[in-house]
Amino acid sequence: MGEELRLPITADVDVVEARQQGRALAAVAGFSSGEQTVIAAAISEIARNILMYAKKGEITLSLVQNGDRQGVAIVAVDQGPGIPDIERAMQYGYSTSHGVGAGLPGAKRLMDEFEVDSVVGRGTTVTMTKWRRAI
Amino acid sequence: MEVPILRQGQFLIASIQSALTDADLSHLREALIAQVGRSRCRGVIVDVTALDVMDSFAVRTLRDIAHMARLRGAETVIVGIQPDVAFAMVQLGLTLKGVATVLDLEEGLAFLNRRTEERTFEAKPKKPSGRG
Repeated sequence: MGEELRLPITADVDVVEARQQGRALAAVAGFSSGEQTVIAAAISEIARNILMYAKKGEITLSLVQNGDRQGVAIVAVDQGPGIPDIERAMQYGYSTSHGVGAGLPGAKRLMDEFEVDSVVGRGTTVTMTKWRRAI
Repeated sequence: MEVPILRQGQFLIASIQSALTDADLSHLREALIAQVGRSRCRGVIVDVTALDVMDSFAVRTLRDIAHMARLRGAETVIVGIQPDVAFAMVQLGLTLKGVATVLDLEEGLAFLNRRTEERTFEAKPKKPSGRG
């Protein structure tokens, strides 16, 4: 599909930019405006996580296809401290940063596919995909 | 992006004009809470019609505004949550429990008028007793 957007995340304005770009890409993929907002919210949560825990990182947005299904894939990469206990980090309401604890578990709820890969001291990669519902 | 805060009688109206960063939201919280005291207002309306997304940080900040304003003697009402935004909030599991939300600015003003009248009424001493 070729459409790939790489967005650096180093300040809170980048969080807004990333979710707006994500919404635009979701619109291109034909998602409803409700689902565009859902995708934007998921991007907002993981982009904020990058800032909060790793200070900087990158989000890549792309269009994906599986058979005749279209979707949006989001990959968030940072070289931050990593997540020591992923199971715990995925619990809704658990936060080590005085947040509401909706970041990772919240984004997972919003997306169809969600994967966290993290190595302590090396960084974290979150990969998530939303598929368009067949009409 | 600074959010303009207008004064309308006893109420403050913060009208969000575009997408806000986390810093913008925190700034709005500080500005509103300070102004509740300065202008001795009884109610706060936050109009979120223009917000593209309400994620966990935005929801928490709005909840904080409402609770802090209440501690300062003012009622808060959130107006203008768009259908798509509400949809995403519910999917994300975010609620605004304990915070008043109404459809639009007009409803917001009506709500605050009702609430502040009730409060004035409650504050009045009960029926005079022990006479006659």
